[in-house]
Amino acid sequence: MTIALQIDGKEVKAREGMTVLEAAKEAGIEIPTLCYLEKLKPYGACRICSVEVERKGRIRIVASCGFPVEQGLVVRTRSPRIDRVRKVIIELVAPTTMVDGEVAGEIKKLAKEYGANTHRFESRFRAKPTRCILCGQCVRYCDEVVGGHAIGFVGRGIERRAAFFPEKARACLTCQACFDLCPTGKIPSETDFVVFDGFSVDDYLAGKL
Amino acid sequence: MVSKTKSPKLTKVSRAVSKAVGSYQRDKDMLIQILLDLQSMFGWLSQEVLIEVSEQLEVPITQVYQIASYYKAFSLMPRGRHIIKVCLGTACQVRGSPRLLDTISATLGMKPHETSEDMRFTLETVNCLGCCAMGPVVVVDETYHTKPSPSDLRKIFESAK
Amino acid sequence: MASKRISSPEELEQLRKGILSKRDPNKLIISICTMSVCGQSRGSVDVCERFKKEIKRAGLEDKVDIRETGCQGFCEREPVVIIFPEGIYYVNVKLDDVTEIISTTLVKRGLVERLLYTDPTTGKKGAKESDIPFYKNQMRIVFGNNRYINPRYIDDYIALGGYSALSKALFQMTPEEVLEEIKKSNLRGRGGGGFSTGTKWETTKNALGEPKYVIVNCDEGDPGAYMDRSLMEGNPHSVLEGLIIGAYAIGSEEGFIYVRQEYPIAYENTIQAIKQAEEYGFLGENILGSGFDFKVKVHLGAGAFVSGESTALMSAIEGRVGEPKLKYIHTAVSGVKGRPSCLNNVETWANVPLIINKGAKWFNSVGTDGSKGSKIFSLVGKVNNTGLVEVPMGMTLRQLIYDIGGGIPQGKRFKAVQTGGPSGGVIPEQHLDTPIDFDELTKLGSMMGSGGTVVMDEDTCMVDTARYFISFCCEESCGKCIPCREGLRTLREILTDICEGKGQEGDIEAIEDIAGVMQDASLCALGTTAANPALTTLKYFRDEYQAHIKEKRCPAKACKALTSYYIDPEKCTACMICFKNCPTEAIHGGKGIIHWIEQEKCIKCNTCFEVCPPRFSAIRRISGEPLPPTPGTKVIREKKR
Repeated sequence: MTIALQIDGKEVKAREGMTVLEAAKEAGIEIPTLCYLEKLKPYGACRICSVEVERKGRIRIVASCGFPVEQGLVVRTRSPRIDRVRKVIIELVAPTTMVDGEVAGEIKKLAKEYGANTHRFESRFRAKPTRCILCGQCVRYCDEVVGGHAIGFVGRGIERRAAFFPEKARACLTCQACFDLCPTGKIPSETDFVVFDGFSVDDYLAGKL
Repeated sequence: MVSKTKSPKLTKVSRAVSKAVGSYQRDKDMLIQILLDLQSMFGWLSQEVLIEVSEQLEVPITQVYQIASYYKAFSLMPRGRHIIKVCLGTACQVRGSPRLLDTISATLGMKPHETSEDMRFTLETVNCLGCCAMGPVVVVDETYHTKPSPSDLRKIFESAK
Repeated sequence: MASKRISSPEELEQLRKGILSKRDPNKLIISICTMSVCGQSRGSVDVCERFKKEIKRAGLEDKVDIRETGCQGFCEREPVVIIFPEGIYYVNVKLDDVTEIISTTLVKRGLVERLLYTDPTTGKKGAKESDIPFYKNQMRIVFGNNRYINPRYIDDYIALGGYSALSKALFQMTPEEVLEEIKKSNLRGRGGGGFSTGTKWETTKNALGEPKYVIVNCDEGDPGAYMDRSLMEGNPHSVLEGLIIGAYAIGSEEGFIYVRQEYPIAYENTIQAIKQAEEYGFLGENILGSGFDFKVKVHLGAGAFVSGESTALMSAIEGRVGEPKLKYIHTAVSGVKGRPSCLNNVETWANVPLIINKGAKWFNSVGTDGSKGSKIFSLVGKVNNTGLVEVPMGMTLRQLIYDIGGGIPQGKRFKAVQTGGPSGGVIPEQHLDTPIDFDELTKLGSMMGSGGTVVMDEDTCMVDTARYFISFCCEESCGKCIPCREGLRTLREILTDICEGKGQEGDIEAIEDIAGVMQDASLCALGTTAANPALTTLKYFRDEYQAHIKEKRCPAKACKALTSYYIDPEKCTACMICFKNCPTEAIHGGKGIIHWIEQEKCIKCNTCFEVCPPRFSAIRRISGEPLPPTPGTKVIREKKR
């Protein structure tokens, strides 16, 4: 069944079951993401893909990667509210991802696009930088696509970490799928596949993560 | 990571896990309940226990560890013989629970979430025990104490061997 | 207790009559709360045991029954002993009082005056509920039965008419009629969301997919709230009965009760209640001979506030980690294992049997236009009568805090009342005449929440209050999404800095910016509401924030880093009381020697301030100004006469 909606003033046709992000992509409208990967189930962790949706005069901000398309939905992928969301998300996450005092990759791109001051909350970040934004692409890819279950989440809140399970990770040597997925470059730079030194669940238990 | 050596006879751990898993008919939905039983039995959840649960219940080790490391009820480290929980809920807060925590910390020479070297005490904080009318509240080995004075506390700790 | 399976409404009535016939309405009953941590922690179990012993010794067992109950609400006065049939209330009962109560009240039918409730302002004594302001202003339609039943004894519940609503629903109403009644009642969720219960039931009923599930959310995590605990401990059958009725209306044959791990007594009593209900055939197959099957399983939480969020709770029931999921389809349509699942709060379910028995029209006669029925609140903090209270919606906050709560202790000034837990906000004095109503409280920037009502006085710092709630949510955040995880981390640091005198220009704007993004973009309601305490304290007490940041002053003189303790040499009479009580020996002086505080040793524990006799009031708390000079040891003055 075809669903007609409006994205940034453009009339867009979508199929039932699609998400707003998928419909936008197909229509050539770009919405930034950090934790989204087509092969994986939408996760909703980064919130960068947030958009305004309006129905019956009510405006809501939702994660477009998971919001199902609806007949007559009006979507705005940019607005002062949305831009602030993306700007502040980058500002909040910047301190933990910095290498040599600078952000890189996708974070750097988004910082520039949305005018984020990546040093804004630096003085209030008093933990050890992990270089991980917990987007979960590594964990989810290993679970959903590879079925390896070699890397998982441990801890909760600001203590939440991704950690390898060395027993399971013996297969990683030939897989290496998560290497390219990692938006901050943490995985390729910190993994040597031999002992996952500094990145394993044993390190978590020892309080080193 | 502890590698499981296949030994011909069942270990204490594998027997305990088998019993816990069996008591819930090996239902994967009951994973959290199984871990709660094992935490209660052993006082903590060792790697050995968690790997055994993963294998017997046929659930990925990542899922078992995620749960075991997520909840406050589980301890991944051995704990003291006596668990002290100080409630830091709003009602207790307004009635001075941070000062109570300071006093207990000072009396025992321990910081929250620490276990004493002699394995006698583990000091934890809880975000509301639901005992809000009587705050501040501290629980020692499942016994609730309300508005304890410094001398009350000394007596309580002295009797906990 | 040999129980027979009940197979028809007539048999249920026979059972009820049988139970009642064995009970003498004029027999003396001592009702005492032992099935609750509050009572237990105050020694009610020992008092109860003493009663049992002494009654046996006095040979009064035939004349007196002892009923061990759950929470009766007047927690601050525990152990509370109620003597029926007169309904005499004795408060703060000690072990040594038992003998006197037995001889004076049970035997001679007189009153032990000193154990009666005394109004702290008027000094008036009250013997019965109708004389005690705490109770007489309440409307305990849901909670009131706690005083009449032993939760581990189903017959007590049946004696009061328990399970008659279930019988009526199964035999006199169709599932659609039950649903219609709940819809007509306008019952709104009591867990915090205030969502229309009837609508949620209907959505679940109409959704595609089998099996359908009904779930009790007893993961009451709001610090300061313990209504659900007390209902689940004290009257688990009321919740069970409501759940079974709901299951019938919705078309569900399987339910879950999720109890937080911090409530072991509630868990035990629930397990027992289910067992006893199964024995009577109120649960299981062919309930009451109606052909309707329903079974229920109990899940224990493991210590995570966020697990009370509906998608998180349902994940936990599936054996997965209890963290919220990205979901834009209501759990009523797709919940546990993708099946339609109706999740309601404990108190919501407990209202159902009442509505079925008394009708939606009756329910609508209580409350306001937008909020029907009653609500149970935990009235705690700086208030004289702390405990659990049930009032009709529409009562004002002022009436709740002053008429029932007895006002602020020690004559201090009211500052704010915090409602809605970490998702709610503070409400200042100017809004105390607001009626308690879902929408009215939301209009003020707060919310009803689950019912936690924390009263704060002039000694409470509002910035510290915000810091406390933000820290709580930071610790409880699942950590999945960036706005909540990193937003709370950063807010916590900013607020802690402000309380420690390290606030900076631009901090208030940063708080508002981060809060706004959290509200807009977080994955779940923990994130979207966690900044509310910060936002409401900023809204109503911005001046306190500014004092902390610009003047390094805490107006409430509560923030340790910004407050110093000083003994006024003009007022000190060298009485030695503070000297003896200081835990760090920071006070110098002696008999006849004016005391002074050595600032380096002072840990700001407030003990000296609390123990200094009011007629001297020699301790000053100073914030935002330089300390007056401290006399050295060389100064010796005559003790003032």
